[in-house]
Amino acid sequence: MNRLYGPLDDVAGDAGHVEHPPRVGFFTDTSVCIGCKACEVACKEWNAVPEDGLDLLGMSFDNTGMLGADSWRHVAFVEQPRRTAHQDPAFAGLPTGPSGIPETAGAVEPRLEAAPRGGSELGTNPLPPGGPEPQELGMPGFSRPGDLTGPESRTDFRWLMASDVCKHCTHAGCLDVCPTGALFRTEFGTVVVQQDLCNGCGYCVSGCPYGVIDRRQHDGRANKCTLCYDRLGDGLEPACAKACPTDSIQFGELDELRERADRRLAQLHDLGVSEARLYGRDPDDGVGGDGAFFLLLDEPEVYGLPPDPHVPTRDAPSMWKRAGQAAAAFLLAGAAAFLAGGRR
Amino acid sequence: MPEAEFRSYYGRPVLKAPVWEWKIAAYLFCGGLAAGASVVAAGADLTGRPALRRSSRLGSLGGLLASLYFLVSDLGRPARFHHMLRVLKPTSPMSVGTWILSAFGAGAGAAAVAEVVPRRWRGTWPARLLGRLARPLGVSAAATAPGVASYTAVLLSHTAVPGWNEVRDELPFVFVGSAAASGGGFGMLCAPVAEAGPARVFAAVGAAGEIVAARVMEHRLGLVGEVYREGHVGRLRKASEALTAAGLAGTLLVAHRSRAGAAASGIALLAGSALQRFGVFEAGVASTKDPKYVVVPQRERVDARTAPS
Repeated sequence: MNRLYGPLDDVAGDAGHVEHPPRVGFFTDTSVCIGCKACEVACKEWNAVPEDGLDLLGMSFDNTGMLGADSWRHVAFVEQPRRTAHQDPAFAGLPTGPSGIPETAGAVEPRLEAAPRGGSELGTNPLPPGGPEPQELGMPGFSRPGDLTGPESRTDFRWLMASDVCKHCTHAGCLDVCPTGALFRTEFGTVVVQQDLCNGCGYCVSGCPYGVIDRRQHDGRANKCTLCYDRLGDGLEPACAKACPTDSIQFGELDELRERADRRLAQLHDLGVSEARLYGRDPDDGVGGDGAFFLLLDEPEVYGLPPDPHVPTRDAPSMWKRAGQAAAAFLLAGAAAFLAGGRR
Repeated sequence: MPEAEFRSYYGRPVLKAPVWEWKIAAYLFCGGLAAGASVVAAGADLTGRPALRRSSRLGSLGGLLASLYFLVSDLGRPARFHHMLRVLKPTSPMSVGTWILSAFGAGAGAAAVAEVVPRRWRGTWPARLLGRLARPLGVSAAATAPGVASYTAVLLSHTAVPGWNEVRDELPFVFVGSAAASGGGFGMLCAPVAEAGPARVFAAVGAAGEIVAARVMEHRLGLVGEVYREGHVGRLRKASEALTAAGLAGTLLVAHRSRAGAAASGIALLAGSALQRFGVFEAGVASTKDPKYVVVPQRERVDARTAPS
């Protein structure tokens, strides 16, 4: 049956829906993402997700940081000193400096350590001050970057951009641990929080192996992507997919999306992009496959995704067994103590 | 241990840090104390130890009330605490725990209230009924107490938090040991030496179990063991072990002949149990803040799977 772990063909049926529509999801092909963040904006607009601080995080063009209660789409920007396959060497004649990653990471990391939740509240609050002093970059000039050093200091580089979103797992850690029934499986096979039921216990926040769902400050309830449940009901595609100008975010029936992703992966491999890989597509993975899965051009952790997540429910039977053994030992110790002590 | 090599997104965390505050750690202690004390109370009731029974019943109720306060006030929407009672969900340890705690609370609460009925009401029929029901209710609390003492380990381990998830095999034993040490320690603190013999045995077995289980847990952990050994959490856990060991020694050596020694041993056991809970809680929180504890073990698993055999 695989109700706790492993592949599950009919998630909506398993949740009790009869005669339900086919399971839907996202295929996010990051190889064509241009980092425009239209998905982030469209999501905020449609779902009335509140503003969460117009902050500059000081590490890249990404000023959202990560997914959270007030960021249901997050566009990651990764700058790397390498090329993508037969990438047009558009900068061959231009001087460019080395990747900024070590420097930017060095500026951000000490401030992350000082943040109350290690930075996972980002997208909600500005980072606390601290760490290295801001550097004077000078006034914007008319000379091109690297003009002064000449072409010998040029390096290859590429941008990786990826729009992250709730994965709508086959076995969803957040849904499994929710004690109120606020989180539920929709007839489309997606996972949604019912705001009128959530009491903000925060268990889902720790239950999610992807760090997606979070509790909204000043509201106290858990929030995350609903895969635009309201739009699905009216036969519309989610706002982010609608807004995506390059079709990096593709919405559709999950079975069809998986076939499409397999074809795209084969195409990229034929083109020599051997680093292309699918993430979350495999129904045999630790969460039974993601409803929202990705084509990535590097290892998942480079995008802030866990390389091999699993739903904690996988180990529920063994955990309860151990707890039962411990409980028996506890009761036995108590009974033995009084039997040995005798009556008074 | 050399610094682990791994890649990440600008060093940012992969997981969300738990939104739970120190109140949840305080609950872990108070719930364990309530469970341990209720076992001592039922045993004292059945073996004719009235002073131990009375103090343990009241201690159990005190622990229970503190638990409820900590649990409800840590919610994002405390006024909706009763939404926990909408469903019974086997996949959610918090839901299972809610019902275990409800069953436990009814028995432990009623048994404690029976101890404090004012003298002038004792002749009334509700007081006489409560007096007769106190023993079965107290025993029912003791019967559900093992659930209260152990489910909190599953509550923490049933998460993606590496510092909690990866100790899932040992944590129940650490927590029931801690609960027994605090419940027995409370009995030693409050009851006369002559009556507290079984409380001493219970506390000593619990403290020894807690120390051994915690040692095994720490020893077995890989990379994430760092969060248990280092920094603030490391100091909390060292202090916990020292206090529990001192309480255990005092229980075995002096608590049977000295009232003051028994009280001091009881206090040491209670403090050791509390610090144990705070240490485990904080270790989990720390493990979410550094992506290394998520990425490195998972990357090793992937590489082991894809390596040519």
